[in-house]
Amino acid sequence: MKPPTDTDTLFAPSALDLAPDTAVMENPAVGIDQTAGNFSYKVDYAFDAGTGLSEDTVRYISSVKKEAPWILEFRLKALQKFFSMPMPTHWATKDLENIDFQKIRYYLSQGQTPKRTWDEVPDDIKRTFERLGIPEQERKFLAGVEAQFDSEAAYSNIKDIVAKQGVIFVNSTEGLREHPELFRKFFGKVIPTGDNKFSALNSAVFSGGSFIYVPKGVKVAQPLQAYFRINAENFGQFERTLIIADEGAEVTYMEGCTAPKFSTSTLHSAVVELVALKGAKIQYITVQNWANNVFNLVTKRGIAHEDAEIKWIDCNIGSRLTMKYPGVVLKGERARGEVISIALANDGQHQDTGAKMIHAANNTTSNIVAKSISVGQGRSTYRGVVHIPKHLKGCKNNTECDALLINSNSRTDTYPAITVRGDKNSTQHEASVSKVSADMIFYMQQRGLTEAQAMSLAVNGFINDLARQFPMEYSVELKRLIDLEMEGSVG
Amino acid sequence: MSSVLSAPASLVGAFTPEAFATHLAGLPPTLPAWWIARKRAAYERFASLPLPARTDEFWRFSNIGTLKLDGFTLPVGSSLASAPPHAPVGIPEAATLVFANGRLHSHKPLAAELSARGVIVDTLQNALVHHEALVREHLLAQPPKLGSAKFTALHEAFLDDGAFIFLPRGVELEHPIGIFSYALGATAAVFPHTLVVAAENARATVVEYFGSDADTHAQFAAGANDLYAGHGAQLNYIGKQDWSRAALSFQSNSTVVRRDARVQSLNVHLGARQARHESLSQLAAPGAFSEMLALTVADSGQEFDQRTLQIHQAPNTKSDLLYKNALRGTAKTIFSGLIVVDPDAQKTDAYQSNRNLMLSDEAEACSLPGLEIQANDVRCTHGATSSRIDPEQEFYLRSRGIAKQQAEELLTFGFFEEALNRLTNDDLHEALRVLIRTKFKK
Repeated sequence: MKPPTDTDTLFAPSALDLAPDTAVMENPAVGIDQTAGNFSYKVDYAFDAGTGLSEDTVRYISSVKKEAPWILEFRLKALQKFFSMPMPTHWATKDLENIDFQKIRYYLSQGQTPKRTWDEVPDDIKRTFERLGIPEQERKFLAGVEAQFDSEAAYSNIKDIVAKQGVIFVNSTEGLREHPELFRKFFGKVIPTGDNKFSALNSAVFSGGSFIYVPKGVKVAQPLQAYFRINAENFGQFERTLIIADEGAEVTYMEGCTAPKFSTSTLHSAVVELVALKGAKIQYITVQNWANNVFNLVTKRGIAHEDAEIKWIDCNIGSRLTMKYPGVVLKGERARGEVISIALANDGQHQDTGAKMIHAANNTTSNIVAKSISVGQGRSTYRGVVHIPKHLKGCKNNTECDALLINSNSRTDTYPAITVRGDKNSTQHEASVSKVSADMIFYMQQRGLTEAQAMSLAVNGFINDLARQFPMEYSVELKRLIDLEMEGSVG
Repeated sequence: MSSVLSAPASLVGAFTPEAFATHLAGLPPTLPAWWIARKRAAYERFASLPLPARTDEFWRFSNIGTLKLDGFTLPVGSSLASAPPHAPVGIPEAATLVFANGRLHSHKPLAAELSARGVIVDTLQNALVHHEALVREHLLAQPPKLGSAKFTALHEAFLDDGAFIFLPRGVELEHPIGIFSYALGATAAVFPHTLVVAAENARATVVEYFGSDADTHAQFAAGANDLYAGHGAQLNYIGKQDWSRAALSFQSNSTVVRRDARVQSLNVHLGARQARHESLSQLAAPGAFSEMLALTVADSGQEFDQRTLQIHQAPNTKSDLLYKNALRGTAKTIFSGLIVVDPDAQKTDAYQSNRNLMLSDEAEACSLPGLEIQANDVRCTHGATSSRIDPEQEFYLRSRGIAKQQAEELLTFGFFEEALNRLTNDDLHEALRVLIRTKFKK
């Protein structure tokens, strides 16, 4: 195992030579173009928990963060839980067995306090985010930004106008330290430690992520954004996010992520909890573009109280294996949950994504629309749960899953599970699998398009109704990426 | 057998090594040695395989706590507690075989003209002796793929007698063949089997009925069937499961459809307290078509657990599945279906649909409609819905002066008609309609 100071850059000298503006990036913060994120700078880490996982690792993380005793206790319990739980390979892919938890580095940082201005961010970290274009994005259209580099946020800032409304936007360490009365109440309540093996792991070693509180009636006009960057090899990133929208509040949160492409595997295992109190609205947008060596095993769930609405917009393009099923527990009457999911799996990738809708009150509605594209030998899987228990009435679910297969050896699977009790609810599920029709391609070729252009156009048409729900910057990038991925996939 | 003798009693229940030895001793000495060897191997498998566990994906949502194998009695010799009740197909039959507790009780032979053309309707025990090669090639030839390996092994181990049907090339039967299997006695365990082999371009309908002597008998059934449709053959199969309301039932059906052949199967589920039904359809050659239909009337205290697999192994094959469940009282139904399209099975056309009609606030319906697609030039869709009777339709009927209960009944029967209408034989259609209504009005 290499010591942490040996974080070689993949494109060794050339990466350093490249000026940030020479990279061809229309909107790098979005991070959809994978080539844009494929670089790594040498960074000196002041804090390093070493390689492997044990109680000492957990104690180290807790002590450098100067955490309250209850948090250490919470972490240690979670670690025991993690060790005791089996790998879920009785239903999930056997590829999970290739993760060696003793070869991963669980905590790397330069310090635990994020800087409030980019000038204060150490140069070796700042150039990464400048190259990804984060500061520029912040000026343009964001209400607040948090930029996480390996284990800790290097930068975190919220616009004054938003802060004055009482909105809290900090990282998890600060959130638990500065506002325990606010966050402890919901922390680990939406997703209990033992929810699954990876939520237990996250609960043991979590670091970074955002803690957000939006006070009653406050509607945050511009999105808050978090950007997650993995820089080191053999590293595991375990951010923890908790968003609380108080009664009638509204907030949109966007996250992007990139990592350089190392030859060894990297683990990203986040836990994201959302709480939408009465009448609140939370929209959570993810564009996942990890390099092809990243295991991306994320647990995301929200609780929607009376009249509240939680919407997950989840776009998975990168990673080696993603397993992610954003969920909504519809706890209050008339609560509404929605998952919009786009997945693109290319050679060597498995996008195992989906949604979970747990109805727990009358007249709750949920909607799942999932579209996947499998290119080359890529494999995309939809896995979903819809649960309507006893004695509820007026609950409705609609699920649509469409899969597009580009090449003859592409693969897609659909595994929904729907449970309905009682005669006062209704669910409907539909799925289809298709390819781009030869007629359509022929028509476009006849109008002078190349086969690849025609294919790109057809694929963009396939996801168009979903892509339109993304913020402009994202949907433009998405289209461009699809053009990129389609290159060489036909003919 | 030492490993089996040491197997924990909870894994075998009433089906002990001693019971198996008694079963083997009771078989006719004329049966071929390979069959006895297979039965021994099957018993070994049965005794060593664990019962389904909670984490077993093939048993997701199933109530596994009630899958107990104790307390059943194996049929001994030919002593019958009572005569089997009479349940005709409802229309004239070409031939019938009636089994009681696994042994042939009575039969109506084929017309001499059909026998002369080579059609065979006989017991499995006779066929094992007289048509050994055919039976050996097709009997339980497909490995279980849907989770019931233990119960299929139990079936093979204790399979006493069953039906064997062979349709030679080009023969077309005008009337259906009826197979009746009864469990008689308070705790009887039965292992019915029907093997149908249709040679090139043959056509026939087989109607199978499963019943009990009393609705309160806690009986056990582990049945299986094999349908083989050769080149261009057309088989229609109808299975009517009407075991005792206290019975535990496992049924594992396996269908192989060859080039340009067509198999339509309709399973009607009415009986048992807990019934597991596994249906495997293999589209083995281009042009094959399999239509899989099922109707379930699930009542209070009943659990119907249906698992299906449509495997497209060759290009240009088609499958169409429609499973409809009506749930009353505290009934529970599980539908788990999977369409698998192998990498080279281009131009596959596969459909899968599960519709649950919720008629009570206590009923529970679980749907697991699945797809695994490895070819790109395919048309595969599936759908699953769970809902109550359409209030608008009900309102329409009631505004025409039809009472609420009657309106509900009419709409429920209408719900089943979608599947029954796929039957081409009108008389069979009518007979099934009557059967379903009888259960519905109980």
